[in-house]
Amino acid sequence: MQVPKLYRASRGRIVAGVARGLAEHLRVDVTIVRAAFVVLAFTGGAGIAMYAAFWAFVRIDPAAEVSAATNARRGLRHDRLGRRGQYVALIALTVGGVLGVQALGLGLPGPLLWPLALAGFGTLVLWRQADDAQRNRWRAAVGQGRRPALLTTILGAGLVVAGAATFLSYHEQLSKVRDGLLASLVFIVGVAVITGPWWLGTVRALSTERRARIREQERAELAAHLHDSVLHTLALIQRHVDEPREVQRLARSQERELRSWLYRPPPGEQQHFGRALERIVAEVEDSQGVTIEIVVVGDCPLDDRLAATLQAAREAMVNAAKHAGTAVISVYAEIEPGKVTVFVRDRGKGFDVDAVPADRLGVKESIIGRMERHGGKAFVRSSPGEGTEIRLEMTPTMARA
Amino acid sequence: MASQNPVRVVLVDDHRLFRSGVRAELGSRVEVVGEGEDVASAVAAIRAAVPDVVLLDVHLPGGGGVEVLRAVLPALPDVRFLAVSVSDAAEDVIGTIRAGARGYVTKTISGVDLTDAVVRVADGDAVFSPRLAGFVLDAFAATDVPAIDPELDALTQREREVLRLIARGYAYKEIAKELFISVKTVETHVSSVLRKLQLSNRHELTRWATDRRLV
Repeated sequence: MQVPKLYRASRGRIVAGVARGLAEHLRVDVTIVRAAFVVLAFTGGAGIAMYAAFWAFVRIDPAAEVSAATNARRGLRHDRLGRRGQYVALIALTVGGVLGVQALGLGLPGPLLWPLALAGFGTLVLWRQADDAQRNRWRAAVGQGRRPALLTTILGAGLVVAGAATFLSYHEQLSKVRDGLLASLVFIVGVAVITGPWWLGTVRALSTERRARIREQERAELAAHLHDSVLHTLALIQRHVDEPREVQRLARSQERELRSWLYRPPPGEQQHFGRALERIVAEVEDSQGVTIEIVVVGDCPLDDRLAATLQAAREAMVNAAKHAGTAVISVYAEIEPGKVTVFVRDRGKGFDVDAVPADRLGVKESIIGRMERHGGKAFVRSSPGEGTEIRLEMTPTMARA
Repeated sequence: MASQNPVRVVLVDDHRLFRSGVRAELGSRVEVVGEGEDVASAVAAIRAAVPDVVLLDVHLPGGGGVEVLRAVLPALPDVRFLAVSVSDAAEDVIGTIRAGARGYVTKTISGVDLTDAVVRVADGDAVFSPRLAGFVLDAFAATDVPAIDPELDALTQREREVLRLIARGYAYKEIAKELFISVKTVETHVSSVLRKLQLSNRHELTRWATDRRLV
């Protein structure tokens, strides 16, 4: 197996995800890495310096960014809870740093030390914030979470300015500091006013460009899909104009494919009954050249018993397609807690249930027998001229346990 | 009642081919008195002709079938709408019904069945396709969430049975036979479900639609 690339973790982190990222890269327990950093921190602050270096130079895991975006869209905010903890950690880091400096006996006087600590904390907050910028962009896209980010930025900047001002005021007269601050402020505002329109223009151009790129990508994907599926089918249909059955089959299977592409969610990792039944319906439609109307209410994960039910349902559909002499079959499945029911119905010829010869294994073995072997039931209702309906009932394994 | 005079219908669909196909398929019981190809032309055609029934495509340029319903229904509450769509998306279908359409059928419906559906809507009945019945059963599935308005927020046992049979592909006549009730009673049940679907504020309905779109 490949060694995971070194990224900073974006979840399960305390400060910037350096320790967890390293732990995943080295495949050791995260506690060991954290302990190592703490121990190293006492050897002349080497741990802190290393941590800072990793923070600055290692990127956040891009894959995690995407899942963070997905989660944000779903309204899950997994690291919301951890945020307060992260600030505590930042404060602890600052205080620890200050105490460390004191312990090393650099002997900075108190009035100089604490402003520096304040500014240091502000800087940490700002850097931490920059980490979040990427994910906040995603969140902003779904219309949440921008205000807290802004607030944190202002808080961080304020802390840095306050720290700097206090540091200056220790050396200089307070009035001079005020003058200096005022001058800086005027200068900054001036620069902002002059370059403002340019900045705004750049930002707008960037976002327009990004939007255009996304649209272009979507269009390309759509075009590729239509080319592979619809255009291909249309070509096939033109070559089969003399075979109405084949044309119908092509059109039907293309319709189904396009529908599932347009309206169905991307497949999850777990197999579900509803989806599996739809697949079987598609198979039978394709192989038998019939139209099957399928309606599914509710859904549940697939298990052995339900797989057997699917097979029985498939057999029922094939029977209907072969013997009923009708082009339309209705399939209805309802998944209730503890019970799955499937109906397969046609309005075709029908038959006399009692008159089925014993050697006709279709219904008896592959439908009724199969259901009963797996602890379910099957009922056949039919009479000549009235069509046939087969009802399958099954209790999923999980519900029974 | 509508069997003597042909039902006057306006066709609204942005595909000309589909409109001419439907025109050809509809039987003599139905007379097409206008056509629309987007929201604006549909509203104009309906206002001019004041038909009995509008065959309304769910997806229309200019805001969709829902916009046509919003523009027409307040002024002409007697015009009845039957939604026709290729869409399988539950939120589109439920949205159109909640905006006032009295039924929903898919575009693959046969000409005979479509004519039947139009006549039935003209008579004031609701028309549910199997798929719509499935959507409704899903939306009103029994949950632990207490109903805000018990009369509107839950289906009765009988309504549920009727919807199940529709989903199983039964025609109204077959349902009546199956449940030992009259066709009229079946129609009453379906209309009652339609009313609940349109009026219920059951938040399950919206949450369910949202789930469908997102997950």
